[in-house]
Amino acid sequence: MSINKISTQKVNFKVFRFNSDVDYLPYYEDYTMDVTSEEVVLDILNRIKWDHDGSFSYRRSCRHGICGICAIKVNGRSTLACKESMSTMIEYFGNDLTIEPLSTKRAVKDMIIDKGDFWEKHAAVTPYLVADIDECPSCENLVSPHDAEELDDADLCIQCGACHYACPVVEINSDFFGPAAFAAAYRFEADVRDSDGQRLIDVNEEKQGVWDCVKCIECTEVCPKGIDPFSKITKLHQMAFKKGVAKNNVATRHAVGFLHSIKRNGVLDEGGLVLYSEGVSIVKHIPVALQMFRKGKIVMPWNIVKSDNLDEIQKLIKSSSTVKF
Amino acid sequence: MKKLKYALFTGCTAKQSTPEQMMSTMAVARKLNIELIELTEASCCGASHLQDYDDFLSLVLNARNIAYAEKHGLTMVTICNTCQLNTAMTKHRLDKNPELKARVNEKLAEVGLEYKGTSLVTHFLYAIIDDFGLDKIKEMVVKPLSQFNIAPFYGCHNIRPSELQNESHKTPENPYNPTSLDDLIIACGGKNVDYEQKNKCCGFHVELQAPHTAAVLAGSAIAGATDNNADMMVTPCPLCHLKLDTQTKSSSEAVGREVSLPVLHMQQMIGLALGCSAAELGLKHNVTEINFL
Repeated sequence: MSINKISTQKVNFKVFRFNSDVDYLPYYEDYTMDVTSEEVVLDILNRIKWDHDGSFSYRRSCRHGICGICAIKVNGRSTLACKESMSTMIEYFGNDLTIEPLSTKRAVKDMIIDKGDFWEKHAAVTPYLVADIDECPSCENLVSPHDAEELDDADLCIQCGACHYACPVVEINSDFFGPAAFAAAYRFEADVRDSDGQRLIDVNEEKQGVWDCVKCIECTEVCPKGIDPFSKITKLHQMAFKKGVAKNNVATRHAVGFLHSIKRNGVLDEGGLVLYSEGVSIVKHIPVALQMFRKGKIVMPWNIVKSDNLDEIQKLIKSSSTVKF
Repeated sequence: MKKLKYALFTGCTAKQSTPEQMMSTMAVARKLNIELIELTEASCCGASHLQDYDDFLSLVLNARNIAYAEKHGLTMVTICNTCQLNTAMTKHRLDKNPELKARVNEKLAEVGLEYKGTSLVTHFLYAIIDDFGLDKIKEMVVKPLSQFNIAPFYGCHNIRPSELQNESHKTPENPYNPTSLDDLIIACGGKNVDYEQKNKCCGFHVELQAPHTAAVLAGSAIAGATDNNADMMVTPCPLCHLKLDTQTKSSSEAVGREVSLPVLHMQQMIGLALGCSAAELGLKHNVTEINFL
């Protein structure tokens, strides 16, 4: 077994500082340190506190990627400080690194933020098993390995908030539950023992629910536990259709509209999709549509070039469809 | 150099709302002597929305598209980030899961097709970088974009999830610090602009159901590019292009300031540098005026 040689390099850190008790505005402090290839981001936070400024504040506990409390941002990337190696950060961003809390606008002191909105949303999805299981059951409530696989690692979430504060929608729409809450909702919706009927309805409501996800996949990219919240969001969409709780609204019609278009043309009828999704509300799109029409960007339905071998597509839709709306 | 040849999956917008993207793709391919065989049998990829409704059907339809590229024995090239994501994701899932692949192939057999997993699926941007080479592009530039600061807008579905995306091309891309489009701008003689939103979301996918969110995202992106002295933006994704180019009114309202920049498709930018005419590149179809020609 070969032992990798430990290398050292100089790294310039720009560190976010703010104390809500005494500061009006945040500021940044610069530190230059020799960093070894085997250090993690948390080691740097410790060294700032121990070697430079004892007042520097951050949360830490398990140091094993389990408690989820030390998540911060390095050059804008949400990261779990105790798990993220410095060599990866240097490889990603070079030797100038900016250390910030997960959300600067929620900062209380340095890296410590008020995660109230995260917990509020988490609680809103009933993140526990709702089941009529006898307090003193006479036998075990078995879950088969196949059924357990359905959770798809959603139960590994440590509520670190990395995905929540990487999600652009959370920053724009304060009602939006966010990827961590959706992953938690999926974890219990996918549990065969769960009998809560309300959770799936709640996560499909407009404004707060999965339909406002912009599909940027930032959540999946940052998750330190590899949970892939984006795929859980997709599965919650699918569940809503399968379990018949999907409402007839612009978002669901937008998804179903693709099928109608593909069935008819193979390719998408862009205008038809908007009409199908919006219904009479299509009038609000008229100004943009006219502008696009003038620029030759609107193809009339009768001029759409259909896919060759359309009969194949139609046959496959007939034989492979698994959902009805 | 051996002539490069690919199976082209145009996607739907190139044939409808972004005709300039189709025109400039073909113009650039001609200049670079790349042969593109258009997959006229292909269906829509579902644009990440059909997947929300019926996952299995979406897999079958995307596998059918790839099967046609395989029939040609060619790498499939996409010109839309979302087409790239959905097609590459289908390939990834089928290649990793033999049982799922068998179920999909059972359906494809009904129409005499088979998904084998033999064709790579890659975006035209990466085909150019990996196979053609930016150095060669640089040598071929006749009208460098040296007078312009150009803001790259990468588009989510070309860079995330990075694990999947980096299976689709040789040159690795870091989703937090992407460089491919910056490198392309430099190869075309332009000055690349660094700004916070270059690897962020444009909001296109929720334009109908969450118009405010979509408009804030697009508006912030254009504002970020503007504040860093960009003269124009460039994107490899026609959906980002539609959002940034045709929706400036709602974007401006959402961010509380007038935002508007010319937005080029990646292919239009390359085409300009290689000396293609405005007509060849379909510049008249861009909504935000191309004010530098």
